[in-house]
Amino acid sequence: MNIAIRNGRVIDPANHLDQITDLFICAGKIAAVGEPPAAFMADQEIDATNLVVSPGLIDLCANLREPGYSRKGTIASETAAAAAGGITTLCMPPLTRPIADNTAVIDLIEDLAKQAGNARVLPMGALTQELKGEQLSPMYGLSKAGCIGFTNAREPIHSSLTLARCLEYAATHDLLVIFQPQDADLAAGGTMHDDTTCTRLGLSGIPESAETIEVARCLLLIEQTGVRAHFGQLSCERSVKMVMDARERGLPVTADIAIQNLLLTDENVSGFDPNFHLIPPLRSQLDRAGLRHALVADGFQAICSDHQPHELAAKQAPFAATEPGMTGLETLLSLSLMLVQQELISLPQMLAKLTTGPARVLNVDLGTLTPGSSADICIFDPEQEWVLTQENRRSAGANTPFMGFPLKGVVRYTLFEGNVVFQQ
Amino acid sequence: MFEQQDPNLIQLNSAGQLKHFLTTEGLSREMLTEILDTADSFVDMSAQQVKKVPLLRGKTVVNLFFEASTRTASTFELAAKRLSADVLNLNIKTSSTSKGETLKDTLMTMEAMHSDMFIVRHSDSGAAHYIASNVTPHVAVINAGDGRHAHPTQAMLDMLTIRQHKGGFEHLTVAIVGDILHSRVARSQIHALRTLGAREIRVIGPTTLLPRHIEALGVTVYTDMCQGLKDVDVVMMLRLQKERMQSALLPSESEFYSLYGLTEEKLKLTHPDSIVMHPGPINRGVEIETSVADGPKSMILKQVTNGIAVRMAVMSMAMGGQMTDHQAERESE
Repeated sequence: MNIAIRNGRVIDPANHLDQITDLFICAGKIAAVGEPPAAFMADQEIDATNLVVSPGLIDLCANLREPGYSRKGTIASETAAAAAGGITTLCMPPLTRPIADNTAVIDLIEDLAKQAGNARVLPMGALTQELKGEQLSPMYGLSKAGCIGFTNAREPIHSSLTLARCLEYAATHDLLVIFQPQDADLAAGGTMHDDTTCTRLGLSGIPESAETIEVARCLLLIEQTGVRAHFGQLSCERSVKMVMDARERGLPVTADIAIQNLLLTDENVSGFDPNFHLIPPLRSQLDRAGLRHALVADGFQAICSDHQPHELAAKQAPFAATEPGMTGLETLLSLSLMLVQQELISLPQMLAKLTTGPARVLNVDLGTLTPGSSADICIFDPEQEWVLTQENRRSAGANTPFMGFPLKGVVRYTLFEGNVVFQQ
Repeated sequence: MFEQQDPNLIQLNSAGQLKHFLTTEGLSREMLTEILDTADSFVDMSAQQVKKVPLLRGKTVVNLFFEASTRTASTFELAAKRLSADVLNLNIKTSSTSKGETLKDTLMTMEAMHSDMFIVRHSDSGAAHYIASNVTPHVAVINAGDGRHAHPTQAMLDMLTIRQHKGGFEHLTVAIVGDILHSRVARSQIHALRTLGAREIRVIGPTTLLPRHIEALGVTVYTDMCQGLKDVDVVMMLRLQKERMQSALLPSESEFYSLYGLTEEKLKLTHPDSIVMHPGPINRGVEIETSVADGPKSMILKQVTNGIAVRMAVMSMAMGGQMTDHQAERESE
């Protein structure tokens, strides 16, 4: 199938391209930008006048809930939500049931993703067996089965010796290790950032040190082992600074921030709304300012959704008794556009955090419009307004504080491997 | 980025009257004073031969206790009965929720019984707010303690006791002593004292039992009890739970007592006319010396008596607020 995308503002951060031009797709690949390839006959024409044409977005952290938690979402429902959000590649943590620590689960995830055909699902494997923090998972075999990296999610590895060996083993095979740093003891029982709002509401706090101590421990062991490492969803200014310093010293580390931590603070919790019950928690205004400053200084590589859909009942309880997390695939682009509207960064800079940035973290040849690469494309109207509602949502989860909130930036077409998987 | 409404406004009806009582935070000085005045009138009544008034006649009050309680539950029951309400006591801890029923399902079941008021105690902070924002209209919710968040009737009975003995609040220095971190009573007392205009509010305790940035609530922090008690007019002691020793917050009961126990010696540092309060049940020899607990400055039993009056006051006011709302809706139909 040959597709011509005409007259759009084509932004490809990997190639520093930002101009109004045409894009040509042939057999699932980007064929050319600007002039059509020789003897090109379009089967489909897309008029992208006044629209932005960007590489399909890459989300470094999206829980798709399958296998094991299909009451919260399925690979089919959540990848459809991704397509509606312009996301064509998703990394999925191993928090499935059973845990993604064996090739059977990885094969199942890949089969289900292929059947759905909405987006590329890159599973993360468990760093330790059953995420128990005790024995190494078969990382090499899992990577051959398709795991993009390895993480223990927020499950603790109490023994620093075990953690060091995990990293050494991953380094042996040049595998990427992903940390979602949280000291289990310091965070135990906590439901929000430990500060004034937390004190007033009488909730149990998660102190900044729950994150920074674990970041420090991991950084020292990364240095010792030389493993390629990534820090996911950092929430504190200090942790981002620590990772930036380590990078400056030449350590192979990268980081991402969840978009909600760039926009919201712990003060949003003041009405006990369970939709603001997130882990990592929304932090202080100072932390948010620090994260935004790091964004401007190019101090981290990617913005992610940290997508965590839930069934209705999971959020129908008093704050601390609800399950943490918000859905985010359908709002990732619109919320990231707020950073542009707030004149923090330019549109190409923002798109870099959702395309080339995460592609480089994963060391994959995606997130670009370079001819020859997979035709994963997001075409959107950055000015058009819309509202996420119970009726138009595609994710199985409705748990987001942005439900009913006026947003800007509407995805018009999503192409995955050259096929239109979403349009409106 | 969100235009957030004050979450405590759900306590008031369209006419600004009380319709739920969830927290002392965010209520006006006039409202708190009205609660105290109403309670005063019930205090006088309790001394009479016939102790009942028909203010809640025909209404069903459900005591929903998701957490064990003896004295709070019984004073609420007594208060409801003195207002002529029908009372249903449910100790949910031992009933449905242990069978896996969700809080929402429990509430819907209770509503189906046409209840008019829920008295709620729950171990989760925010539970009373959650229930108030999820019950059907015209059911009043009274918070009998939610997690570490609020225990507003306890705070108001304390305020009533203070006003009876001190006449007012403006000239007072008040010290709250002990485990502030886990205390819903302390938080509710602080909000009430601030709104009622207390001159100075001090909290006294070891750093392990003080919540982070508690000074943001408008209090002065003391870790040295002898300094903190200097010239105070009111000493409000808090109960220390035994499990604090296990979770590495304190070394031992005896060390806590030597540093933060209220003894005759330490009491001498306070103002000569000072009074001593405690929400109960007291741990003699842990927070307070027996002779202080039973001494002339102790208001502990007075607090219990006032508890009934304050609970009658907020129950009748909240029911009144609900009925005004109901009437206004009918008229507009």
